[in-house]
Amino acid sequence: MSRIVGIDLGTTNSLVAYVDEKTGLSRVIPDGEGRVLLPSVVSFTDEGVVVGDAAKRLLVRRPAATVYSVKRLMGRGYEDVKEELCYLPFKVAPCDGIVRIQVGDREVTPPEVSAIVLKSLKERAEAHFGEPVEKAVITVPAYFNDSQRQATKDAGRIAGLDVVRIVNEPTAASLAYGLHRLKAGVIAVYDLGGGTFDISILRVKDGVFEVLATNGNTHLGGDDFDRAILVWLLDDILSKHGVYLGRDSEAMQELRLAAEAAKVRLSTEERTTLTIPFEGFTYHREITRAELEGLIGKLVDSTLGPCRMALADTGLALSDIDEVVLVGGSTRVPLLRRRVQELFGKTPHSQLNPDEVVALGAAVQAHILAGGITSMLLLDVTPLSLGIETLGGIVSVLIPRNTTIPTSAREMFTTSVDGQTVVDLHVVQGERELAKDCRSLARFELRAIDPMPAGMPKIEVTLLIDANGILQVQAKELRTGKAASIEVKPTYGLTEAEVERMVEESFAYAEADVEARLLIETRNEADTVITHVERALRQGADLVGEEERGRIRTALEALRAARQTDDRDRIRELTTELNRATEHLADVMMDAALRGALASKRASEIMESTS
Amino acid sequence: MDHFEVFGLPRRLAVDTAELQRKFYELSRRYHPDFHQAAPPEEQVRALEASAGLNAAYRTLRDPIARIEYLVRLEEGRDTKEGATVKPKAPPELLEEMFEIQEALAEAKAGGLDEAGRAALVVQRDRLMARLGDEETRLVGPLSQGWDASQPAERQRVLAAMKEALAIRAYLRTVIDDLNDALGESQEGYVTYRRH
Ligand SMILES: Nc1ncnc2c1ncn2[C@@H]1O[C@H](COP(=O)(O)OP(=O)(O)OP(=O)(O)O)[C@@H](O)[C@H]1O
Ligand SMILES: [Mg+2]
Repeated sequence: MSRIVGIDLGTTNSLVAYVDEKTGLSRVIPDGEGRVLLPSVVSFTDEGVVVGDAAKRLLVRRPAATVYSVKRLMGRGYEDVKEELCYLPFKVAPCDGIVRIQVGDREVTPPEVSAIVLKSLKERAEAHFGEPVEKAVITVPAYFNDSQRQATKDAGRIAGLDVVRIVNEPTAASLAYGLHRLKAGVIAVYDLGGGTFDISILRVKDGVFEVLATNGNTHLGGDDFDRAILVWLLDDILSKHGVYLGRDSEAMQELRLAAEAAKVRLSTEERTTLTIPFEGFTYHREITRAELEGLIGKLVDSTLGPCRMALADTGLALSDIDEVVLVGGSTRVPLLRRRVQELFGKTPHSQLNPDEVVALGAAVQAHILAGGITSMLLLDVTPLSLGIETLGGIVSVLIPRNTTIPTSAREMFTTSVDGQTVVDLHVVQGERELAKDCRSLARFELRAIDPMPAGMPKIEVTLLIDANGILQVQAKELRTGKAASIEVKPTYGLTEAEVERMVEESFAYAEADVEARLLIETRNEADTVITHVERALRQGADLVGEEERGRIRTALEALRAARQTDDRDRIRELTTELNRATEHLADVMMDAALRGALASKRASEIMESTS
Repeated sequence: MDHFEVFGLPRRLAVDTAELQRKFYELSRRYHPDFHQAAPPEEQVRALEASAGLNAAYRTLRDPIARIEYLVRLEEGRDTKEGATVKPKAPPELLEEMFEIQEALAEAKAGGLDEAGRAALVVQRDRLMARLGDEETRLVGPLSQGWDASQPAERQRVLAAMKEALAIRAYLRTVIDDLNDALGESQEGYVTYRRH
């Protein structure tokens, strides 16, 4: 069988891995510059599509055309996400069916954006192996519903990949651990990444990884921590500087990135400072770990309920859990570790790099599918109950949550009117009693039923959830033995025809070629520096002498001119020079900002002591 | 193939669950789609169906009550839909109490549930939970053993007794669900008994 790679398509970061035939070890594949994580960011520029670190650098300067965290939009409708749209700098217009993102004059769907990320990883792997890579195992959050899984599969297809398996992230992680580190027993995998939360409880025995139960929240992750900090910063800026930045998408991106960076630092430090220059003022603020914990405490605690529910579904007690494994970048937050440890009463494992472990496990699953490993077997479950809407909008559950997959259920249907030749079927997923409270997956029309008196036809419908956790539907009229043709209308998905069109079109979004891409990156960097220097000159001009200002202006003009050319080396050289010329000014401004911050603190202390 | 046949087991209710698990893992290694990726399409379809059948069989047989429900259905020649085998039936000795509970529930729904009313409902609920426990113990214990030991001529009688017990169990679970709802103690989005 040909080579199959494992891909972790993350909210924040994506990566690709494989199992080395010789050593039997799972390895992540770095890009040409040694970077393993590919930021899941895509920017649509006039010169072409930019992805990864280069796109990340465009977040602040081209917010409307730079798409990030698109995984949170996969398989979702406008209604599902409209509350968070005010935090996203790109435009999503109200529409039926799946979310559609407006960039410039074109419209892209989340699977198409994900496809660009996947394609970049595919190329990375191809460069590594020196041969085409066509097959992949792609991971998804365990709690992803059918639409979200299907959207991920579509993304793979659009990227030119044959997605041989969709694997759940926590289970993939357990495979990576299982290779060497896990003893037999019951393990809980707690996975909190950038956008999603999963808890899976597995029994590991004789090389079989049997998932007993899973739960989670596909809309909870580090992004939400960042947002909590961001909202707090907006308030603070408003009260200190009298400016509300909530509608300025460049400032919002700057704040969001600063918030994230501060959060990350606070995982290892007790306190940290934020200094962000804006038009007209420099914002300066210290945050302590305790303050952060106050902001994210509720979010952290909201992961504990799903943990308890998963455990309840297994029928096991807390004391039956032998090991706890932490996965995902957000599990580096000390408060979270404390909470998880308190809940399970055990010190969690985190020996494997939490950013990489999912991709490493995906590679293991890929190797199993390629026939390279026969000793290990993963038995996963479907996270949500699957049912059919019946009379009065009540759901009749055909496949309960946490059923081992693949699994199938059969149900008989008939007609209610004489001569009826079409029967409608509404399939939903979720734990609520009413169909309207569950997730609508699709409406099926069973056709080609011979006209008969009402109640006569016996249509047997088989719902099958395959090993990917994706639904397949078949129907047969038993009297005639004819297979009923089914027309599927996915509620939140692309139709087959749309996917095919996108596969064909995907070359239209082809990435700018390597040279052009490098040039774009270099220009972007130059632009970033130019913007910063211009701002610094406006704000801090009187802090330095005329001669120094002159030197900076000269360097600035030189870079501006070079930027118009295609000479990448020259642009880079002049960028470095401009940076050097501004170093002193930057230092002086930072000192001033710090002094300012101290001064205002002192002022408020004085106020306090006199009041 | 019925669920018992999948595991090569006789139609008996006493099942060694450790052995069942071992066999499940062994058969999974044979049928799971992971090990048939390179096979021709028809064979992949067969593996998929066999694997789904195995998973269903294991899910049913590993749980003693689901095992009984399945056996009853099998004996009655109905093997399609999983789930309800029997119409819920109130335990005869509790009829009067049930009447009171239904009244209290209607009242609670209409809006009024004071402290005393609440406490009364909690007591009722806990009593029904205990009764449910008894019914399940009877099903898994004496009734199951009765089935395994029965001569062909006695089977119908044992089957009827099991059905009766299942019907009472189903009824109790529905009422307990309703009580939990009224007490606001059921977890949001998690209908515990009714649907699983
Ligand atoms: N040291 C740290 N402290 C706190 N948070 C961190 C740290 N390092 C990374 N993070 C956060 O982890 C998140 C990214 O984690 P990860 O790469 O595992 O997510 P992902 O796989 O892209 O997302 P998902 O699995 O939800 O799709 C980001 O929100 C990032 O801010
Ligand atoms: Mg992840």
